[in-house]
Amino acid sequence: MSEQASQKPKAQLDKEFSDLYRAHLRDVYSYAYYRVGDHHDAEDLTEQTFLQAYRHFERAQRESDGRPLRPWLIRIAHNLAANLYRDRSRKPVSPIDDTTTLTAMHTTEQLVEGRDELSRVLDGVQQLPDDRREALIMRFALGMDNREIARALGRSDGATKVLIHRAIKQLEEIVHD
Amino acid sequence: MTEAAPNFEGLLREALAPVEPPADLAERLESTLTSITEMAADELEAWELSAMRDPRNWARPAAALLVGTSAGAALVLLRARRRAHGSPASLDGVREAAERAVADLGREARKLLGDR
Repeated sequence: MSEQASQKPKAQLDKEFSDLYRAHLRDVYSYAYYRVGDHHDAEDLTEQTFLQAYRHFERAQRESDGRPLRPWLIRIAHNLAANLYRDRSRKPVSPIDDTTTLTAMHTTEQLVEGRDELSRVLDGVQQLPDDRREALIMRFALGMDNREIARALGRSDGATKVLIHRAIKQLEEIVHD
Repeated sequence: MTEAAPNFEGLLREALAPVEPPADLAERLESTLTSITEMAADELEAWELSAMRDPRNWARPAAALLVGTSAGAALVLLRARRRAHGSPASLDGVREAAERAVADLGREARKLLGDR
């Protein structure tokens, strides 16, 4: 397997990377946006994620054993976001710009009825500990299953299931308090 | 285990709806990746075709590295321009953007150098 992958011509690797990029640009951007809380940093994070992914793509393919590479991409974004906060010694300074997101996704009537509740949910997500917030972003914004999330976070499937369960419970308490 | 409150999960799914990346991000990123892959590939191909035993050709990998670095530089300069454009048109803003660009360039170059 690894022999075959290592013999791939560069043009083929580039084509496969291009396919990966097209398939997951929205995933990486969504993760980055909900993780850092604003569009400008989300764009930077997305760019850096794909540049770093390109540099390590061949090795990732060799080591993936045919498994999907989305968790690997999200893990890169996760590490870069952690570095960003360490460099700047800060958490997201602004709340998520939910006006843009909510307006894009809901009709006017739904907005009037549900906007407050959705805003409370988004605010609550920002109050969660980092690992719980990330797990929820991966599950609900990206639609990743437990196994994918476990790979992205470097945890076991069981620990990830518990993490998500606790994150949802804690968020419910925050929202309904 | 996670199915305790399906309504709440539906709400979460709505609140955390996927976010479409801006169109210019997709274009910019695609063109950066294209530059890196095409330019570096050209240089590497030329290097491979040259006589490997001739020490005078050993400078070719360095040229390919520089091409890759140039692509990285193009990216950070684009970013600096975008940042300067998005901030108030003051000298401080431009200087700050330029300083960030230089820092970014150093970081990109270190990454590329460290990986080859």
